Amino acid sequence: MLPRLCSLIVKELLAALKDPKARFLLIMPPLIQTLLFAFAVTLEVNNMTLAVQNLDGGKWSYELIQRLSASRTFTNVIAVESEEQIMRALDEQLAIAALSIPQDFSRAIEAGIPADVQLLLDGRKTNTAQIVAGYTEQIVGALQQELSGGEQGNVVLIERNWFNPNLNYKWFTLPSLVAILSTLIALLVTAMSVAREREVGTFEQLLVSPLRPVEILLGKAAAALLIATLEATGIILIAVYGFRIPFEGSPLLLYSSMIVFLLSIIGVGLFISSLSMTQQQGILGAFTFMVPAVILSGFATPIENMPEWLQFITLGDPLRWFLVIVRGIFLKGMPAADVAANTWPLAIIAVITLSAADILFRKRME
Amino acid sequence: MTSAAVSVVQLTHFFDHSELPALDGIDAEIRAGRITGLVGPDGAGKTTLMRLMASLLVPSQGKVTTCGFDTRCDPGPIRERIGYMPQRFGLYEDLSVIENLRLYADLRAVFGRQREEAFERLLAFTDLKNFTSRLAGRLSGGMKQKLGLACALIRRPQVLLLDEPSVGVDPISRRELWRMVRELVDEEMAVVWSTAYLDEAEQCDEALLLNSGKLLFSGAPGALTQRVSGRVAQVRGLPENVKRLTLARLLNHPRVLDGIVQGAALRLLLRDVSDVEVAQLDLPDGAELIPVSPNFEDAFMDILGGGPGGKSELAERYDSLADDGKPVVVAQGLTKRFGGFTAVHDNSFSIRRGEIFGLLGPNGAGKSTTFKMMCGLLKPTEGIGKVAGIDLRHAASKARNRLGYMAQKFSLYGDLSVRENLRFFSGVYGLRGAEQRKAIEQMIEVFELGAYVTARAGELPLGFKQRLSLACAMMHKPDVLFLDEPTSGVDPETRREFWNHINGLVQKGVTILVTTHFMDEAEYCDRIGLIYSGEKIAEGTPEELKQRVASDENPDPTLEDAFISLVRASHVERSLVA
Repeated sequence: MLPRLCSLIVKELLAALKDPKARFLLIMPPLIQTLLFAFAVTLEVNNMTLAVQNLDGGKWSYELIQRLSASRTFTNVIAVESEEQIMRALDEQLAIAALSIPQDFSRAIEAGIPADVQLLLDGRKTNTAQIVAGYTEQIVGALQQELSGGEQGNVVLIERNWFNPNLNYKWFTLPSLVAILSTLIALLVTAMSVAREREVGTFEQLLVSPLRPVEILLGKAAAALLIATLEATGIILIAVYGFRIPFEGSPLLLYSSMIVFLLSIIGVGLFISSLSMTQQQGILGAFTFMVPAVILSGFATPIENMPEWLQFITLGDPLRWFLVIVRGIFLKGMPAADVAANTWPLAIIAVITLSAADILFRKRME
Repeated sequence: MTSAAVSVVQLTHFFDHSELPALDGIDAEIRAGRITGLVGPDGAGKTTLMRLMASLLVPSQGKVTTCGFDTRCDPGPIRERIGYMPQRFGLYEDLSVIENLRLYADLRAVFGRQREEAFERLLAFTDLKNFTSRLAGRLSGGMKQKLGLACALIRRPQVLLLDEPSVGVDPISRRELWRMVRELVDEEMAVVWSTAYLDEAEQCDEALLLNSGKLLFSGAPGALTQRVSGRVAQVRGLPENVKRLTLARLLNHPRVLDGIVQGAALRLLLRDVSDVEVAQLDLPDGAELIPVSPNFEDAFMDILGGGPGGKSELAERYDSLADDGKPVVVAQGLTKRFGGFTAVHDNSFSIRRGEIFGLLGPNGAGKSTTFKMMCGLLKPTEGIGKVAGIDLRHAASKARNRLGYMAQKFSLYGDLSVRENLRFFSGVYGLRGAEQRKAIEQMIEVFELGAYVTARAGELPLGFKQRLSLACAMMHKPDVLFLDEPTSGVDPETRREFWNHINGLVQKGVTILVTTHFMDEAEYCDRIGLIYSGEKIAEGTPEELKQRVASDENPDPTLEDAFISLVRASHVERSLVA
């Protein structure tokens, strides 16, 4: 059985890589997307406008405004006079947030008693608002800390962004891309593979060979696994050497969890492929899976912000688990126990998708 | 005579990617009131020529004039005056019959009363009246072609171009299509009917014979067969066991140009008319040489200068398989039901070692379901299938290791090179190391693939593709070879070469199962099982089947006659029962 399987794997690799169209599809989009995501998708919040209602007029209120406008977050600070103006500024999206400094702000600081500032945020832009709030808190916090002379005197809320102290979005996107693009590759390779054989008429020829259906699936899965792992390695190298993203964790852990992850995706791909009569249908099916999988993965929007029933659904999304692993291993050297905790759900998903593909494959033969 | 509906002058056409012309120096005229056959094997240039006539392609050199307009500068008026039925079903499978008609009527701007009349006429003509709401994708092959024809006829065309209308159509529907088109032709309409089946050429009023882009003949089909008259004869009365050996020998005989198996007899094309005696051909006792009327294919082979001889290098190097008297392939009461639908009902047959058995039947009759069960790909609902003594229920994979498979459609990996294909298939069949290398080298030698080992399999010339397919099927030296319409549409030379190998392999004890709906392939079989509507309705040698339908009106029926009568009889029987 083993030599039979080897011949099949070699054939699958050749078939996937010798077809110029397929080769293009496997190499160009990931490369372009790596660069595109790295440069164009900005999850960082810059160039924002802040509205400030300064009722205080004292030294400390100016200090605070100075510090805020010096940050990269707010390139534009506009002064507003009244509550109505604040409302208008937010309503008409002139500003992402409005800071209201009360009359006794400077006095309270001088006196060393707690001083309140109010930050109103445009909740329609949840993510941005959250980040802006974080930044503002940071700046306010820094000022407060200076005032208290480094002591933890007052109740100071400091939100620090761990592991990515500068909130550099590339640190965040590129490791995620390893997960997303290897998903894309594994899906495409498998989704097209059975369909391609159906389309060009080699499927029957393959079926009448001594290969058993499960061997055919194994061969296709192995080839896809090889190709996707190879591409993931390429992206990791680009991230580490091209964009200088720190790689803190163990490559061994990353690769072992990646194999489990890719198997769960390959199961989905083979399932789609068994269902498709043509490669086109296969590609369409792959994207039908891909888009919700990315959205539910927590790549672009935090899972915690989703409604609960949707959060529950995300548990079945392999990307969700692997994103945690890949970011964790890249940025904070995630320990083995944590990796394992995120890998066993992947193993369950893999078992389910692969057996579903196997069952469907046999059924569709009839 | 009226002027030509289509005239082709000094036409040469190149496609960008190939250096060889797809059509080379063609001169032809197509006249109204006639069916002109565009005849030639796959890849001869039939579709290209037809598309040039329809002004869908612009000729590289030369001139095509359709309905009096130059296709190069006046495609508009041409398209209004022609009807074109492309080879690949040109209908929308997800639309119903009537929706397809409406769509074509819209496209052709046929509205109002004129449209109603056209629909009425075409539905009656094509007998599709009861199926107007059925989805086109759900129609049988024959009905699809009829609907395609109806769509091409929405506006009565001056030139009707039919690209291989009889592909995928069973003999009964094929005869109907011919009858319908025959009815259509009148002084105002010219019909071009392209086909890869040489026997159809004889039904045309005029034939253009194409081969590798060259026009070999144009004129009345009778005029072509004339050139071989008096040179075609059948050898009858041969003992069954020496039939193939005799053919192989005769094909290398200096006085024989070409020969094929026709049931129990051999059909020979002799080199010259001088009366050849039985003795001159060293025929065994009891054999007689009976002159028969020549057909189009005989003439085609004559133009080509004869076939590839009778030698099969492959068979010569094949180890003889010992005959233990037991059947090699056995089907016992095979039945397959899908839900409430019975695809195959109680099919039994057994094939001896070194026998060619044919499963003959129209598309959708249950041939391929039976075939799949015999490969162990489908589990029969009832019954047993055995290959080389191995029960397919228990060891399908092991059984498959003893059989080779070759399909009509080139079904190897086109992006892989010849050697990569050979390596893959030998590997899948469990060959390894030195044994594998030896098998591959041998196949390259036997089939003269040396010049092509690194070429992509998909880019091989057709004949070499066929060779490679056979090589991939035979590398593991199977006991049994399953063939699925192996030579349909293939040029006669390649077909002869292929059957040479098969005939030779049979001598060495290889057992063959052929599924087909082509009569000329069925003629090569020792025995035939006729399948219709999931049931085997007849079994016997080709001679026996022909004898069963012989009548006073038709004392010497062809296999196609036998096929049609037997299917009709079974149909009548069934409706009586129901």
